[in-house]
Amino acid sequence: MMKKYSPAKWMIALSILVVVFSIISLSAGAVWITPKEIILSLLGSSEGGNKFILENYRIPRTILSILIGSGLAVSGAIFQGVLGNPLASPDVIGITKGAGLAAAIVLVLFPKAPVVTLPIAALAGAAIVAILIYLFSFRRGARPAVIALVGVALGAICNAAIQYLMVKNPIGINVALVWLSGSLWGKSMVEVLMLLPWVIVFLPIAFLISDKLDVLSLGDDVATSLGENVKVLRILLLILAVILTGSSVAISGTIGFVGLLAPHMARRIVGAKHKFLLPTSAMLGAILILVSDSIGKGLFVPIEIPTGIVTSVIGAPYFLYLLIKK
Amino acid sequence: MAILSGENLHISYEAVSVIEDISLSIPEGKVTILIGANGCGKSTLLKSLSRLIKPNKGLVYLDGKEIHKQSSKEVAKKLGILPQGPQAPEGLTVKELCYYGRHPHKTFLSKPSKEDDEIVEWSLEATGMLDFKDRSLEALSGGQRQRAWISMALAQGTDLLLLDEPTTYLDLAHQIEVLELLKELNENFSRTIVMVLHDLNQAARYADHLISIAKGKIYKEGKAEAIFTERMISDVFGLECCIIKDPVEGKPMCVPIGRRNSKKKGI
Repeated sequence: MMKKYSPAKWMIALSILVVVFSIISLSAGAVWITPKEIILSLLGSSEGGNKFILENYRIPRTILSILIGSGLAVSGAIFQGVLGNPLASPDVIGITKGAGLAAAIVLVLFPKAPVVTLPIAALAGAAIVAILIYLFSFRRGARPAVIALVGVALGAICNAAIQYLMVKNPIGINVALVWLSGSLWGKSMVEVLMLLPWVIVFLPIAFLISDKLDVLSLGDDVATSLGENVKVLRILLLILAVILTGSSVAISGTIGFVGLLAPHMARRIVGAKHKFLLPTSAMLGAILILVSDSIGKGLFVPIEIPTGIVTSVIGAPYFLYLLIKK
Repeated sequence: MAILSGENLHISYEAVSVIEDISLSIPEGKVTILIGANGCGKSTLLKSLSRLIKPNKGLVYLDGKEIHKQSSKEVAKKLGILPQGPQAPEGLTVKELCYYGRHPHKTFLSKPSKEDDEIVEWSLEATGMLDFKDRSLEALSGGQRQRAWISMALAQGTDLLLLDEPTTYLDLAHQIEVLELLKELNENFSRTIVMVLHDLNQAARYADHLISIAKGKIYKEGKAEAIFTERMISDVFGLECCIIKDPVEGKPMCVPIGRRNSKKKGI
């Protein structure tokens, strides 16, 4: 465990990295914009063509990367705390698959529907899976094992349904696939403003209840002894995590691995206390998406690789490395 | 006078009845110990007294009010429970664990107050863990770790402290260390202690009030001198023994007879 440096120092270092990678993200793309130009433009000087690109494409995309990265990462950390399992994540327990299925249904079966139905469907899909998980597990005391199993089962069902839809409707596949891989292509300030309120409200709420997540990690009996209503607390935390996941997935599609990777890395550098773990996860999540998106749009210009694919390419080897190390 | 009591408690797991119609009061300011054979329901009974389990029938009263009608936080200020084999996340230090004891007293968004700091310091000292406060729990011996958990329960500041087999998994010296500490907490700081113990002789030695449980019911309860008899041990544990007076405290002590010596019984 790399605890040589205090959590505070790590968080400062990471916030600097967020700024650095934001600038890189603003530079990267079909047209390379130098950091100098970016800073000048942000400071107000009007410098021709690139300013248009910056304002309408790059800046919203970079802001979205940060919002989505933090939302997915913190929701992953919450899932891990609630399920008592450092390998839990919204992808694993079917929440993102639910969103994916709803989106796939809209994209494949109702391609002529207005664009705004997509995020609504995604949120609805995530919420439906969450409600089903709740219904199945609440009567059994909302125990982590039950939540996890129900989530995995529902995720598998959603996955099968998605595959079926795509096999039966090859015409809609391309759009569906991009959405299912998760991408920030073509997002503008509209999407930023759609996501912003959710993150601004619910992310701080998550930070404020850090103590309760800590107490939960001592086990149900001790948590109850210390005055928490464990059953209710778990459900409320899950709702919070689903909102954070659902809102991100609604905008960008299902970007995988972040909810698993970011909190996992954060735990290794700042430890398990949630008042450090949550902000650190948020920053690592933001950095992960900023890096993945930069690579995705900047590496094989003019081809754009969906962000979710890059996160998977980064994520899988990291976990293999962890497996080998253990 | 009892601040914790149960009335006509019935508890079952699935369809199997574990506790059948038990009524009991926990005497205030004393050390009460529950003993009984494996599966007799003593841990279940303790958990239901501490609201971790809701009885199928019957009521548990804390401070005159039904325990399940009080919020978990209210109860947490009056009653602390230490479950069997508690788990802590990796890297947690003794001091951090002790601070968790103050959790029920924290209001939303508050940082530890000066009072919290003082109580934690006092708890660590009372449990002899002040020197170890910055060590992580994994680095401690079994006895030290258990004392760290007790410091957390102590910092909670409750009058009642319930412990489920606090000495199982510890070696003998550490078991005695923990039991002596609990006795001190009772005598010096007037905590009412209720625990489930596995070791009969330890129970007889440390209890002010002994409750023996057999087949989901209370067999006998009272002072060790009164109820710790060869008959009780035979009925509750299925063990033939001789009862003698221990040379250290003069409390009853059970010496098992065993098949090989059953002829020599009475010596």
